[in-house]
Amino acid sequence: MLEAKIPQLKEKLLFMASLVEQMIEESIKSLVERDEEIARKVIDEDEHKVNNLEIEIDDMCINLLALYQPKASDLRTVTMVLKINNDLERLGDHAVNIAERAIRLIGKPPVKPLIDIPRMAERAAGMLRDSLNSFTNADPNLAVDVRLRDEEVDALRDQITRELVTYMMSDPSTLERSLELILIARDLERIADLATNIAEDVIFMVKGETVKHVW
Amino acid sequence: MEEKSEKVKIYSRDLSVYYGNFRALKDINMEVYQNQVTALIGPSGCGKSTYIRSFNRMNDIIPNARVEGELVLDGENIYGEGVDVVAVRRRIGMVFQKSNPFPKSVFDNIAYGLKINGFPRNEIADRVEGSLKGAALWDEVKDRLQDSALMLSGGQQQRLCIARALAIQPEILLMDEPASALDPIATQKIEELIEQLKEQYTIVIVTHNMQQAARVSDYTAFFYLGELIEFGRTTKIFTNPDKKMTDEYITGRFG
Repeated sequence: MLEAKIPQLKEKLLFMASLVEQMIEESIKSLVERDEEIARKVIDEDEHKVNNLEIEIDDMCINLLALYQPKASDLRTVTMVLKINNDLERLGDHAVNIAERAIRLIGKPPVKPLIDIPRMAERAAGMLRDSLNSFTNADPNLAVDVRLRDEEVDALRDQITRELVTYMMSDPSTLERSLELILIARDLERIADLATNIAEDVIFMVKGETVKHVW
Repeated sequence: MEEKSEKVKIYSRDLSVYYGNFRALKDINMEVYQNQVTALIGPSGCGKSTYIRSFNRMNDIIPNARVEGELVLDGENIYGEGVDVVAVRRRIGMVFQKSNPFPKSVFDNIAYGLKINGFPRNEIADRVEGSLKGAALWDEVKDRLQDSALMLSGGQQQRLCIARALAIQPEILLMDEPASALDPIATQKIEELIEQLKEQYTIVIVTHNMQQAARVSDYTAFFYLGELIEFGRTTKIFTNPDKKMTDEYITGRFG
């Protein structure tokens, strides 16, 4: 019956989530360590797995809704899993973007030592990890905390962008490489944003309250 | 979704049932798979009860009832020449909407069928216990086996009827609206029981409650005005049926 199916659904989602977290970590690693092989793995292997899981989880959710008409907390859980599923696939896409940019940068001399981007990546990955933990533990307080950290990540993106613009202006030969780094910073900001979405979905799942767009 | 080939337990070929001149079922071609739960749904008068009663030739006892076509159980047409109807009925158990325990003790309700079928007397008690356990009723009645069955609650009486049907170890269990007369909790117990029972039995259930069909069955057959409109995996019927009429019935647009 439904009781047994909901934990199975959550487990599958968390499995997909752990793959996505790994992809993000590896894409940054491939950039920092200038390792093309790691980047290729993210693009050629990991993405397929995540995309297939997205389809499986969508199917599971639709079937649960059709067959069991879940109500109350079960309904909130199934519908939020549907949304988080979608966000996880997008997160995977951003990891792939970063890996692709890393490959383009690896062949060329570095513009500058990478300090702020890894720092920003750590913040974003931390937000994602906590939003997923808040889902696992049905912990709305942790989810609230994740939302509050989004602004800081936005500020880091702006800072990184400003710095790289300065580089580009002073030395136009760095244009292409600087642009890739700015776009990586944007991917990381999107990752943090999606983590915030997940946190908001968890709050709705647990408390039935919508906090989206409210504050 | 993986499609494994299912073993067919019983199938009908061009089966039609007439009550006098009225044609209640029209050329039904359908397969019932072993160890699966098949639900028959459709509005009142669609023929689903008539169909399920064909499986154990219960329609035989209705005056003016006539059957055309075949119903094949394990490769043998049960409407063929010289078929032993009693032997067929022993392989198929049936449970009805209104539970009908005998006015006897809980124990005797189950033992009675065994005795008249010549079951060895010294093994009866074990078989009674096994059947009551199989129907998830043992724990509730094990200290009350000599009490009258009529003293049990509605849900318990229904599970007693299921135990009674299981006692002769049928291969197929037919259930005609088994939970319609029960409260939600008793209904849930019956539904959980059905999920367990399919491991050992092939189950066909008629229900007017679509949500129940969705929860409990592996395959669903939609009947309307004596015809089989659509048959398929329950997940497909309830998420993306092929026929527009099925979609309209499932979504409550008619019926």
